[in-house]
Amino acid sequence: MTALLEIRDLRAEVIGEGVEILKGVNLIINKGETHALMGPNGSGKSTLAHVIMGNPKYRVTSGDILFEGQSILNLSTDERARLGLFLSFQIPEEIEGIKMRQFLINSYRNIHSKDERTLLDLNKSISELTQKLDLNQDFLERYINTGFSGGEKKKSEILQMGFLKPKLCILDEIDSGLDIDALRIVSESLNSFRTEEMGILLITHYQRILNYVVPDFVHVYIDGRIVMTGKKELAEQIEETGYSIIEKELGININEE
Amino acid sequence: MSRDKEFNIEDLLIDQSKFDFKSQVKYAYKTIPGLNKQVVEAISDQKQEPKWMRDLRLKSLEVFETWRDPRFGVDISDLDVSKIVAYIKPDAKKATSWEEVPSEIKDTFDKLGIPEAERKALAGVGAQYDSEIVYQNIKKEMEKLGVIFLDMESAVREYPDLVKEYFMKAIPITDHKYAAFHGAVWSGGTFLYVPKGVKVPLPLQAYFRMNNPGMGQMEHTIIIADEGSEVVFIEGCSAPFYEITNLHAGAVEIYVKKGARVKYATIQNWSKNTYNLNTKRAIVDEDGIMEWASGSMGSEKSMIYPASILRGKGAKTETKAITYAGPKQHMDTGSKVFMLAPYTSANVDARSISIGGGWAFYRGWLRVGGNAKGAKASVSCQALMLDNISKSDTIPLIEVHTDDADIGHEARIGRIREEQIYYLMSRGLKESEAKALIVRGFVEPFAKELPLEYAIELNRLINLEIESSIG
Repeated sequence: MTALLEIRDLRAEVIGEGVEILKGVNLIINKGETHALMGPNGSGKSTLAHVIMGNPKYRVTSGDILFEGQSILNLSTDERARLGLFLSFQIPEEIEGIKMRQFLINSYRNIHSKDERTLLDLNKSISELTQKLDLNQDFLERYINTGFSGGEKKKSEILQMGFLKPKLCILDEIDSGLDIDALRIVSESLNSFRTEEMGILLITHYQRILNYVVPDFVHVYIDGRIVMTGKKELAEQIEETGYSIIEKELGININEE
Repeated sequence: MSRDKEFNIEDLLIDQSKFDFKSQVKYAYKTIPGLNKQVVEAISDQKQEPKWMRDLRLKSLEVFETWRDPRFGVDISDLDVSKIVAYIKPDAKKATSWEEVPSEIKDTFDKLGIPEAERKALAGVGAQYDSEIVYQNIKKEMEKLGVIFLDMESAVREYPDLVKEYFMKAIPITDHKYAAFHGAVWSGGTFLYVPKGVKVPLPLQAYFRMNNPGMGQMEHTIIIADEGSEVVFIEGCSAPFYEITNLHAGAVEIYVKKGARVKYATIQNWSKNTYNLNTKRAIVDEDGIMEWASGSMGSEKSMIYPASILRGKGAKTETKAITYAGPKQHMDTGSKVFMLAPYTSANVDARSISIGGGWAFYRGWLRVGGNAKGAKASVSCQALMLDNISKSDTIPLIEVHTDDADIGHEARIGRIREEQIYYLMSRGLKESEAKALIVRGFVEPFAKELPLEYAIELNRLINLEIESSIG
């Protein structure tokens, strides 16, 4: 079976700075799998997410990223999105003047260009998803992420994920800044939006969300690469002891910020 | 461009004979190149004007000859007035054939999906049959309300005293060189008078009477909203308007009487070989409200500064303006507000977009006079540059002559943020679409002021411009 996502010895640098920021990442995600990527602040977890999504700030220097068996390195971000990749941003951009509803429909039409669902039908889905996330319908009439609270921004990202139905979801700290109720709602929604076809890469600092969204694999990511892979229990261990145990075990340096 | 949904153009096209009279209206008339007394008199004769108007034209000519070009704004040194004057005649545009319209303009019509009949009118090579009918219907409605809604030439003949009282009073012929030029050679435009207390129930559009073949480059528009009345007037259209002459020196004078309210919305998209030197000014009396929604998209070089003179206590003005400067365009635009009475208030939101080497220059002037106690004003100007080769400047001059005024100012100039483009691209939008969406969001406060069909066309136009600029 072809993996949904296969990352092979991926190295990348920040354009203009020449500093290597991914230092040989290997990762395979199959359909239906949930992978948690954990690591201390500043370890470059978000960078990995952005390199997978094709952020033009970074340049891949060696290695490859395969999506459903095909290299996507030469594809632009929007082409990757249309293949079925989705990244929920840690800090989503605010864009004034464009309403959430319009944004969602615009994105859907781009990603699912062959889909013939009517506008009415799409609007109905959006309304249902909004309700599920415990958001007021007015939310859809607000401008993209503009003036949203931290929690609303995360919900906005999950709403987009649920509506756009990607094949691979990379969730970059979807749990940060959420209070316990919001975390539960976001997690429950996330679970309900999952399909057997979908792969998830959940980037987080904390084990907390993993109580709701149970991972098949937990990877520890330190200083630009995955240093350890285990099951759910690894996350629990990290929660107890922190990353220093791993640091000692592997003899590497962590720059805790 | 607005289209009346209830009106079926097919019905008319079947029997064109009823419009044949139009083709018989052919002015065989020529002026000699260059601007002089004979030319001005010939224009006046041809329009069968009363003596006062003829005198005004001649006086304007005298003033024009003494004025120098403005020493700010766009470079107009290659403007050849003598060439332009040769075209100031009523059938100038009819002399053009569809074949002569530049192909890029035809392409734009294609992309905008503008119907054939409208295209020719927009390109200035045909009459607008459907608008004529719409106009006639609206005219009847307006007559019932006592509203006068006419082309300026007819108004000069039919309501000479009323026109005389207001013609070039808000904008004196001595205002600047091109105001004088306008006074001498003006042609076309709209006269709108709304009687006391009348609230015009629908937005009136100059387009309704666009069949007048002389309209265009030197239009004179007067709007008088008598006490307690309300009216919305819409002029221009977002489709590119092709002209064979390359100067627009129009004038818009608006008189907002006590407690009246006027909204004037316009999108200008002249073809990109033109100079656009329009003057727009409103005089607002006690408790009157003047709203400007001004979009400047086309022309090669523009100088436009819609102005509100708040001379009555409690008078208000609001300006929402968008300026778009694409490749080779230099747009010098801004808002002027003069607060000359107590408790007046003003709100200016001016935004500009520059792309592909375009230059957007904001030149604003807010003057709060010594009498304007308790005045409130806020001015915001924002400039968005879409690339590294485009330019943006702002000079928001604020002059306050009273201690008792509440004045706020905000200016933001910036390039489009790569992070925003990336975010939108991560949701499947192509780079050009992402940029267009950000620009559409940026112009939203202005677009909201427009009728829906204008807003939709503005959006389409932005998409088109950005696509072609990015390549």
